[in-house]
Amino acid sequence: MQDLLRRYGAALTAAFILLTGFWLLVLVILPNITLFEASFRPYLPVVDVGGPRDTYSLNNYAKILDNSVDGSILGIPVHMPVHILTFLLTITYSALVTILCFCLAYPLAFYLSKVVSPRSLPTLFLMLFVPLWVSEVLRAFAWYIILALKGPLNWFLLTLGLIDAPVRWIAGYDGIIIGLVYTYVLFMVFPIYNAIQSLDTNQIEAADDLGASWWRIHWRIVLPHSKPGIASGAVMVFMLSAGSLLVPSLLGSPNSNWFTQTIQQWMLESQDWNTGSAYAFMLLILCTVFVSLVMRLFRVKLTDIAK
Amino acid sequence: MTNPRKLLGHIYMGTFLLYLIIPLVIMAGAAFNDSKLPSVVPWKGTTGRWFVDLWNDSAIWFAFRNTLLVAAAVAIIAVIIGTASAILINSISGRVRSVLYGVMVAPILAPGAVIGISTLLMWDKIGVGSGLHLSVLGQVSYIAAFVMLLVLARLQSFDQGLEEAALDLGASHAQVMRRILLPHLYPAIGAGAAIAFFQSIENFNVTLFTRGTSNTLTVYVFSKVRSGITPTINALAFLLIVATLVLALVYETNRRRKAKLEAAREAEGRRASELEE
Repeated sequence: MQDLLRRYGAALTAAFILLTGFWLLVLVILPNITLFEASFRPYLPVVDVGGPRDTYSLNNYAKILDNSVDGSILGIPVHMPVHILTFLLTITYSALVTILCFCLAYPLAFYLSKVVSPRSLPTLFLMLFVPLWVSEVLRAFAWYIILALKGPLNWFLLTLGLIDAPVRWIAGYDGIIIGLVYTYVLFMVFPIYNAIQSLDTNQIEAADDLGASWWRIHWRIVLPHSKPGIASGAVMVFMLSAGSLLVPSLLGSPNSNWFTQTIQQWMLESQDWNTGSAYAFMLLILCTVFVSLVMRLFRVKLTDIAK
Repeated sequence: MTNPRKLLGHIYMGTFLLYLIIPLVIMAGAAFNDSKLPSVVPWKGTTGRWFVDLWNDSAIWFAFRNTLLVAAAVAIIAVIIGTASAILINSISGRVRSVLYGVMVAPILAPGAVIGISTLLMWDKIGVGSGLHLSVLGQVSYIAAFVMLLVLARLQSFDQGLEEAALDLGASHAQVMRRILLPHLYPAIGAGAAIAFFQSIENFNVTLFTRGTSNTLTVYVFSKVRSGITPTINALAFLLIVATLVLALVYETNRRRKAKLEAAREAEGRRASELEE
């Protein structure tokens, strides 16, 4: 701090502190405190706000226990409150998307960092980036077209004779998973690529010379080395999937529901901002728990993930 | 690594690129199909009418204008805030630094819906209604972190001795900032502005909750796809994909030309040194 004063003087230092303070206090911390506070208050008509009925309670959070329904999680039949079911399904399918993204991304990241010649790398990266630049809503829309009952995918499979009748792809959570994997897989590729790139190729060659099988090389050398990359990719993909509203809304079916959609219903359809905040806060808690779990599991720091 | 395995790698890469690109081709192709439903099968004849419809859709152009305005505002504010906080955090160390760093980076990981709702609630409480101005503030709250990270990385390669020298030679604080520090940071600031701009265009979650009744392009396209879809969206997608491809091609040819020049210069240098011997 002393250093800053000496270099840039009092006026500029004050400006730096004010700008940072505005960001962290006004844009980040205070809104979250407001959210937290609002989540404990009842949803009242304007005249009653601040009146005797405006007291703190856990009622908004208790709403998640309303309306028990029958459902199933990964084929296991359950009977539980509908919003808890949505919450658990969101977690389950976000985790599934994360795993699928990892399976798709890991071979590609390895190929990019160790197999392909470095000269063609910039071109390949550009080709990978182009779909990323096309906006998320359009990428989801593209799959909306492809997966339609009379869409290109069914037409293609029917023409090839692989199926006899059109398949309803957008059923249950299938469309959402397909869409989320397509939209976020690149967020898994780049961190893992960065991690594998720092691995000395000699280590792989030495293991190969000493007769290690290829899966052993990956299991014992490449995978452990890419751990920080996997952690940051997994955090990115899980958070983006669990927080996505676009893809579940566009590619969801009548019997699928994502937790963000439930929040949106409270906020924009019921106009009940207080219950909406309580649900948003639960989503925030879920994400915080997930990040700290991954950080603990992979023994990485927040600084590594944010890169 | 043996050769068949290498071949397998090439095949995988090719398949993956196809997987990424085919959906976009189908979506863009549907823009030319003379069918009320956006699809490429069955092909009912080639038409340009969806582009005419797009041209006449004033709501889309209004939403597009909003998107550009919001993105420009977000880029400007995020660059100023991100740069200032990077300089600030670079000069402190220890526990305060790591706490501050954590608070700065956390919004990147927070779900967009939470950012949008919390921004809406706080400003509503002090009497500021929803609208695109809140979208700007909500987006800045996490986009500034990207700028901060880029500028902070650039600061690591900064030689503070230059500032000392300038101060010793009688430069004012403002001069040190303007003539020495900022020019060093320009590449990071430029990259930060570009990322901020594109992140803002992409944004859906924060905007949806804070926008009030205004539309941005993403929100408009979303509502259009959910209510009655028409292939005008495909026409828009076609244009956006073409624009992206043109940008990518310009970038790639530029890069190749530079690489070629570099190689030529190197060869020249080698020949010259050989002649000297």
